[in-house]
Amino acid sequence: MKRFGTLFGREVSRTLQQPLAYVVLFFFLILTGINFQAGVLAMNAEPGTTTSVEAFFNSLLFWFPFLLVFPLLTMRLFSEEYKLGTIETLMTAPVGDAEVVLAKFFGALVFYAVLWLPSLVYFGVFWWVTGQAPVEAPGSILGAYAMLALVGAFYISLGCLASALTDNQIVAGISAFALLCMMFFLGILWFFFPVASPAMQSLAYYFSTIQHMADFSRGIFDTRPVVFYISFTLFTLFLTYHALQYRRWRA
Amino acid sequence: MIKVEKLTKRYGGVTAVDEISFEVGKGEITGFLGPNGAGKSTTMRMLACYLPPTAGRAQVAGYDVFADSIRAREHIGYMPENVPLPPDMRVREYLAYRARLKGVPGRRVKERVGDVAELCNLEGVENKFIGTLSKGYRQRVGLADAMVHEPDLLILDEPTIGLDPNQIRQVRTLIKNLSRHHTILLSTHILPEVEMVCSRVIIINGGKIEAVGSPETLRETLQDRGRTRLEARVGDVSAAVKKLKALNGVREVDCSEGKGWNTFLLHVEADVRERVFVLAKTEGWDVRELSRRAVSLEEVFVEVTHHDEV
Repeated sequence: MKRFGTLFGREVSRTLQQPLAYVVLFFFLILTGINFQAGVLAMNAEPGTTTSVEAFFNSLLFWFPFLLVFPLLTMRLFSEEYKLGTIETLMTAPVGDAEVVLAKFFGALVFYAVLWLPSLVYFGVFWWVTGQAPVEAPGSILGAYAMLALVGAFYISLGCLASALTDNQIVAGISAFALLCMMFFLGILWFFFPVASPAMQSLAYYFSTIQHMADFSRGIFDTRPVVFYISFTLFTLFLTYHALQYRRWRA
Repeated sequence: MIKVEKLTKRYGGVTAVDEISFEVGKGEITGFLGPNGAGKSTTMRMLACYLPPTAGRAQVAGYDVFADSIRAREHIGYMPENVPLPPDMRVREYLAYRARLKGVPGRRVKERVGDVAELCNLEGVENKFIGTLSKGYRQRVGLADAMVHEPDLLILDEPTIGLDPNQIRQVRTLIKNLSRHHTILLSTHILPEVEMVCSRVIIINGGKIEAVGSPETLRETLQDRGRTRLEARVGDVSAAVKKLKALNGVREVDCSEGKGWNTFLLHVEADVRERVFVLAKTEGWDVRELSRRAVSLEEVFVEVTHHDEV
């Protein structure tokens, strides 16, 4: 792990130095801004019990850009190196395969954090303008951002895997999107199991990202989703590591 | 410096490299010579620790390229074919990144980057984006990258491919100068290059080593296996061909007719000039030329790599 720092620094600067990053950031902020605005308007329209944090993290306008951003973040990670052939100079430098996978994963995670950090400003502004705290309990906002990080890490790892499997960025992006939609909509099955079958319902809860977010943004902390996302992230990174090696064994 | 034992690489059902063994000593410039698809790049990729071998062993600087890969890589500077480089980095930035990646200590990075940039004549383009560079400069950036961490061994896959004659000459001079500090293994299918640059040649074809030696010894051993040219006036051409063919050491005779004079090209396995002369004398042919073609490495190459097709 001697060279991890160098690789990680390169990944971060590579992401932040490309124009695409700022295009993504621009539109992403517009969408999340609209989402926040919609939440505030809804709260103004009628009295209710939702907080602005809950409104922000549980609307369709939140999930849509949330899901869309992962393929864009991850599709070039490995595919571009394969296409340019720079994977060969990279892998013949004295660095381990695991270091490469982790550096790319954390590099993408850093940009993901850059995308979401400005949203903290929204709640600050809300507080400042209305004189009301955006949440009633601090655990609610902590929970929401913790969930954001956990789901983000898992979906980025899925994107890493898709990118490690192909030298075509478009294919990588689309398969990443398919993979994470699969995981995401597996959780929506929750809504289709009526209360009558509690066994299926509790099974579906494990996969229900929407439900996890709903709970965490209300300040309810549950270890099950935490374990679920961390273990699936590690497993997907492990698969990515093998996909990277497999290309060389086969090549 | 390099020790290869029965190295084999199979892709699916195809054997790209078939049980090759060779050694390269410290300070040698070894040329890997072979037609396209002979297994040169595959062998070099295995030595550079990129591809794992299917069977066999290879050691670089005493470290196994598979079992002790990371340590072996620290001693290798590898430049892949076509020199893949990230287009979005500046030359200096790229070299500094590569230096750090290959373990050059932080305080020496700047110095090393300056050194290799100077050595590879990269002054003036150091702040340009790699994507905007010409092929010749890209090649030199690749070379600078390969040696930025002062490796003992440089593995250069087709270092002069796609360059114009001036650039080729520059790169060759550079490689020759490098041999003072590095052991070099380079591959090429350009023959004059090998004769000019290399102290040792390994000819590889179909995944197997066909010949090993210095360019001179290769030429000498194969001198006799070259061609002998006879220009003579003979009565019956087909009878003459038959008689020439019957001579000991002659494999094949090509004949072309001129104005009264016939030119025979004899593919031989030994020096047959004397026998041809004796034959011509007894047959009463008028001879105006009997010569052994000076063998170039190119002919050695053709002879060695295409012997079954001739």
